[in-house]
Amino acid sequence: MQTTAKKQMNDWIEIGTLDAIPCLGARVVQTADGDIAVFRTADDRVFALRDRCPHKGGPLSQGIVHGNKVACPLHDWKVHLDTGLAVEPDEGCAARYPVRIEGDRIFLSLAPEEGCPNL
Amino acid sequence: MKEKLVVVGNGMAGMRAVEELLKLAPDKYAITVFGAEPHPNYNRILLSPVLTGEKQFREILLNDDAWYAEHGITLHKGKTVVEIDRRRRLVKASDGTASTYDRLLLATGSNPFILPVPGKDLPGVIGFRDFADVETMLTAAKEYRHAVVIGGGLLGLEAANGLLKQGMKVTVIHLVDTLMERQLDRAAGRMLKKALEARGVHFRLEAKTQEIIGKQRVQGVRLVDGTELTADLVVMAVGIRPNFALAQATGIHCEKGIVVSDTLQTYDPRVYAVGECVQHRGLSYGLVAPLFEQAKVCANHLAELGYARYEGSITSTKLKITGIDLFSAGDFSGDDSTDEIVMQDAARGVYKKVVLDGNKIRGAVMYGDTLDGAWYFQMMRDGTDVSAFRERLLFGQAHLGDAGHGDIKQRINLMPDDAEICGCNGVCKGTIVKAIGEKKLFTLDEVRAHTKASSSCGSCTGLVEALLATTAGGDYSTATKKKPMCPCTDHSHDELRIAIRAQSLKTIPAVMQQLQWKTPNGCGKCRPALNFYLLTAWPGEYVDDNQSRFINERAHANIQKDGTYSVVPRIWGGETTPRELRSLAEIAEKYRVPTVHITGGQRIDFLGVKKETLPLIWGDLSQAGFVSGHAYGKAIRTVKTCVGSQWCRFGTQDSTTLGIQLEKMAWGAWTPHKFKLGVSGCPRNCAEATIKDFGVVCVDSGYELHVGGNGGVKVRVTDFLCRVKTPEEALEYCAAFLQLYREEAHYLERTAPWIERVGLAYVKQRVVENEAGRKELADRFHYSQKFSQDDPWAARAQGAERHEFIPLKMVG
Ligand code: SRM
Ligand SMILES: Cc1cc2nc3c(=O)[nH]c(=O)nc-3n(C[C@H](O)[C@H](O)[C@H](O)COP(=O)(O)OP(=O)(O)OC[C@H]3O[C@@H](n4cnc5c(N)ncnc54)[C@H](O)[C@@H]3O)c2cc1C
Ligand code: SF4
Ligand code: FES
Repeated sequence: MQTTAKKQMNDWIEIGTLDAIPCLGARVVQTADGDIAVFRTADDRVFALRDRCPHKGGPLSQGIVHGNKVACPLHDWKVHLDTGLAVEPDEGCAARYPVRIEGDRIFLSLAPEEGCPNL
Repeated sequence: MKEKLVVVGNGMAGMRAVEELLKLAPDKYAITVFGAEPHPNYNRILLSPVLTGEKQFREILLNDDAWYAEHGITLHKGKTVVEIDRRRRLVKASDGTASTYDRLLLATGSNPFILPVPGKDLPGVIGFRDFADVETMLTAAKEYRHAVVIGGGLLGLEAANGLLKQGMKVTVIHLVDTLMERQLDRAAGRMLKKALEARGVHFRLEAKTQEIIGKQRVQGVRLVDGTELTADLVVMAVGIRPNFALAQATGIHCEKGIVVSDTLQTYDPRVYAVGECVQHRGLSYGLVAPLFEQAKVCANHLAELGYARYEGSITSTKLKITGIDLFSAGDFSGDDSTDEIVMQDAARGVYKKVVLDGNKIRGAVMYGDTLDGAWYFQMMRDGTDVSAFRERLLFGQAHLGDAGHGDIKQRINLMPDDAEICGCNGVCKGTIVKAIGEKKLFTLDEVRAHTKASSSCGSCTGLVEALLATTAGGDYSTATKKKPMCPCTDHSHDELRIAIRAQSLKTIPAVMQQLQWKTPNGCGKCRPALNFYLLTAWPGEYVDDNQSRFINERAHANIQKDGTYSVVPRIWGGETTPRELRSLAEIAEKYRVPTVHITGGQRIDFLGVKKETLPLIWGDLSQAGFVSGHAYGKAIRTVKTCVGSQWCRFGTQDSTTLGIQLEKMAWGAWTPHKFKLGVSGCPRNCAEATIKDFGVVCVDSGYELHVGGNGGVKVRVTDFLCRVKTPEEALEYCAAFLQLYREEAHYLERTAPWIERVGLAYVKQRVVENEAGRKELADRFHYSQKFSQDDPWAARAQGAERHEFIPLKMVG
């Protein structure tokens, strides 16, 4: 975990193109520090979260995406894709990772944004 | 140009018809409504609690002014229609407002019957029908002291109770010796009288009104026997008369009400009528449940869908006086051909009577403990055979034990506070009750959000709803209120299924757009349901939407707690061979499967497989001749069999072969919830066929078919469907039953709750009695199977849906 935290924001990694992720779906980027889920919404926005549900660690990438939320496949918690926060009244969050889109190419930064201890 | 619909009567039935119409065809009509009352539509039923002071008038509004505006409806409040010109298709109100129509809906309700006695027109003599009457009563209660209510029926007693609560001295005059004699027998009537007397109501039974006395205002009532009662207010509640004067004046055929057909059309097909003003097959109704059914059918015709018919209703009654529980339904007096089962406990103030005609319930009266009223009523409507639990019938549903038929709601009151309601989330009754009270929760969704109860497997939903009803206070109209499928829509499951076919909706976005979804792309509840409904409605045509499937069905494997998956290949009828077992063993070793488990469904489960490995394992399984077992799906699961007549010394038929045939016929089909089958070779029933969704028990003379069993959260024994002679028939009945379930059950409703909802009689009628219908159902099932018996595993092993199984990228 230490190593990721120290990474710089500008370490962008190209992870693929938009059409590699199903609309209202997600794919996984495997890293040495664990999986990152990359989601695509109906309006083609892309979000990346740690692939661990704040509840009991379920793989969020396997859930159903709706609006800009995902429903965890294990016990149906809902998590906001833009903030990583669990939908109230549940509490907790999944760490966010910066995403940048150029044309249809997607870039991901492995340095999680601050504010969420769930790593 | 939109067609013009004019509605006369801004009451409960008329507006319900409009609401139903807006759901089906929101843009078809320009709608104009005339209402004689100066208010928008309100819940007339709840005038009683307004009179007692338990509710405010504004709390009982059903459609406020904004609602009419929002739906583009022109509302003429306080305008009474006085003339209909059918030739010019024109209606006119007393103030001259006029409107032309293409179709006209009459919903003028009824008028209180006013006894034709001298003095009936004096100020202070009223009926109990609308808010104006309630206002008159409330004012009178402030200024005067003595009230007389004429009529000891439902309405009269609710009026008497209200006036008493407002501080008046109330006497009820009733013509016969039993209160509410149309709903109650003598014993229950006596108990009711005693309870009301204890509250302070005075009664004059077997008393006839001769005259109402008074000069400027009413001063008293004189009875035929000469007695005079002081009265500053007289409420006449001696019955209602359908209000059809307007219809009759324009030449529409009326008898005791406006005569309508099963499509709610009058003799002039442009003119419809619903509600209390109507006479249908010789009957008029004075309760909302049947009127709402009429409204629904009427809307269906106005929308030109034309497949609904109204065939009359059976009604039940409850008295709405807080603290007095009373229920009555059907024929409660019986005759020579009926039996009565009666229980009376004067000390506890409980009385129950069920009238049986053979093994079926024909009527019920309950006083003091009405918890099981809905249950009796349901069985009465369904024609349920009660012989199996007849001796325990009056103890209620809670005493039937786990194998009983019926839902669990009624148990709730017997539970202590620490009883666990939601096993999934470990929530106790006390916690839920507390949250409902403290956080003012009113809906199931609110309870789910705040306590988590019923938010997971949902099997406790009924209990939570019952808790809501008892804690948050009963809603009088719950029985007819529909439940939206999820918070994204106002539509119920049934409405959606109907709309999908009626409006030829063929994709999820089309449904959401046409039916005005409230969220941009639904949620994890509605999308899988819609996907299933579309799949069954348009077999071969609809393209499955993977992103609307729960992960297990999307990945064709069950997700486990650590994010790995399990793989359960089909083992037809639970019978296998050494060769098959050898290949399974080799594959398990090759992929280092951590756990191999024999499942409860007679097959073998590989647990702990990584997602990327799934297509590889499937490829090998496919080579060895295995197909997916759909252990992950709302789909056909297993067919359990026993060895039957091939080996067993008791076996009567070849249960194993029949089981395999059933599985080969049915595998691959998607169903509302999972669907399990079992075939036992004799009544010893080693394959546990009587707790399966479809079970066969072989007997000497053939095959007994059973349906609606469940071995899960709440064990339910199957209902006996029928006996057939040949395996071919067993297959045909099974296909038909499956298809009926696929076409009509709600998504995530297993056969057990489905059958309890629609009634076994209905299933029998569709699958057993109607031979042509059965064959059509079976044909539709076989047709849709043409598109669903491709092995999903083989396809994915060959590369389909590749993105689902491999990471987007590996870094570091
Ligand atoms: C594997 C198995 C247990 C075992 O190792 O024996 C099993 C495992 C699960 N069962 Fe089961 N059930 C298994 C036989 C049963 C049986 C026994 C039977 O089929 O004869 C029952 C009771 C019979 C019945 O269904 O009526 C059973 C009643 C349930 C229920 C309760 C269903 C209900 O209507 O009340 C659930 C929950 C649900 O479906 O919502 C459930 C749900 C599950 C789930 C899917 C829980 C989940 O959502 O993850 C488990 C998935 C495990 C997996 O990944 O494979 N399982 N489950 C059995 C697989 C049978 C098969 O070959 O396909
Ligand atoms: C106090 C009370 C308690 C009740 N309790 C229950 C109960 O517990 N359960 C139950 O099922 N039912 C109950 N009912 C009965 C239920 O309210 C009625 O069955 C239902 O309201 C009938 O609906 P409707 O649309 O046919 O008539 P209404 O709701 O009466 O609507 C008819 C409307 O048409 C208007 N109208 C009539 N003629 C004209 C005209 N020419 N021009 C314009 N407008 C006109 C009337 O003013 C009225 O507003 C109760 C009724 C009352 C009064
Ligand atoms: S009983 Fe079924 S659902 Fe419960 S733990 Fe066992 S396999 Fe899982
Ligand atoms: S692990 Fe995600 S909801 Fe439980």
